[in-house]
Amino acid sequence: MPKVSLTVNGKAVSADVEARTLLVTFLREHLKLTGTHIGCDTSQCGACVVHVDGKAVKSCTMLAAQAEGARVVTIEGLATDGALHPMQEAFRENHGLQCGFCTPGMIMTAVDLVNREGGDLDEQTIREGLEGNLCRCTGYHNIVKSIAAGAKAMKGRRRAA
Amino acid sequence: MYDFNFHRPKNLASAVGFLQADDAKLIAGGQTLIPTLKQRLAAPKHLVDLSQIEALTGIERRGRNIVIGAMTRHAEVAASAVVRKAIPALSDLADGIGDPAVRNRGTIGGSVANNDPSADYPSACLALAATIFTNRREIPADEFFKGLFETALEPDEIITQVSFPIPLKAAYAKFPNPASRYALVGVFVAKDGKGVRVAVTGAGENGVFRVPAMERALDRRFAPKSLENVKIDPSGLIADLHGSAEYRANLIGVMARRAVDAAAKTPK
Repeated sequence: MPKVSLTVNGKAVSADVEARTLLVTFLREHLKLTGTHIGCDTSQCGACVVHVDGKAVKSCTMLAAQAEGARVVTIEGLATDGALHPMQEAFRENHGLQCGFCTPGMIMTAVDLVNREGGDLDEQTIREGLEGNLCRCTGYHNIVKSIAAGAKAMKGRRRAA
Repeated sequence: MYDFNFHRPKNLASAVGFLQADDAKLIAGGQTLIPTLKQRLAAPKHLVDLSQIEALTGIERRGRNIVIGAMTRHAEVAASAVVRKAIPALSDLADGIGDPAVRNRGTIGGSVANNDPSADYPSACLALAATIFTNRREIPADEFFKGLFETALEPDEIITQVSFPIPLKAAYAKFPNPASRYALVGVFVAKDGKGVRVAVTGAGENGVFRVPAMERALDRRFAPKSLENVKIDPSGLIADLHGSAEYRANLIGVMARRAVDAAAKTPK
């Protein structure tokens, strides 16, 4: 079995896994980081989105072996010292979730969107950015609102930092 | 997914070496291959990962061409200032593939090598008269795409770069399937000093194809109006639950006119 070594949420991890192990399986079953969800398992729903070397990817459509040497950040890696990430806080504040199943992927996708497009996001940009994330409860309205607010908060935090 | 041996060569020669094994397959971004493996539609014994080969990445302008390394991700093409300046139609195409997470992984080489009949990049290659560079030769796009998921590539041949001549005007108009974002019909129109080329994806039973009747009409006058009397024959077009062959034939006309309209408006 191949050995994979990578950084997950700032911690170096390494394990022997079957070559066919998906990154999402590695995160959930080997590392017990179950915040990353498996929704459709067919690259459509985005519940499994994590960041690999700073970019949002669908972890159900990547092998753990392909992440050798990579820096992976999951939803568990966003909060710092017990304080929610501004995007997480914005989802809570704006009621951006109902059942919460899609939320980790939504938030990881949203943070990637802000990293790429900046903190002033119009509705169209947000909706297009969510092309690969499905939510079956909210009708997206409050998710879009949350992301607009989270983006502004991230921008503010960056300026303060 | 059945298990396999996973290899991560650091250079092309070593990748070609791994490909000599029985039942070995290349993996680029994996956005098509991994779903295919999960469904057990493919079960290779060896996967050869191209991501560690530096010679396969990068975007540069070389004379009158934009040259893109095979492992360049769609998001990188979409964000490239070099591409945006020279061939904005190509930036737009890359920016419309799949969704943001797919664009962060999927590669131009993977898309071209797979030759999915509904993929976006083959239409750009054909309309822009691109050249596909491999580890052993240069293949003009007109000779590269051979049919449904079929290309001119040999089993142990690896795409290294795709070179796009910079056109005078070009545009890509896509009607995406609302669920998959694949092209239900996509039309890439390009005009250079030699004439106009029109390539259609998403519609042909044998994959991407050119439309000579549209090219002749646009050679006479490059305007959407020139296409009004060009009829597209639905025979040989894809018919599935997303649309009949007749629907796609009509959509080719609509998308072609939109592409020409957009191309005619590009500042040059």
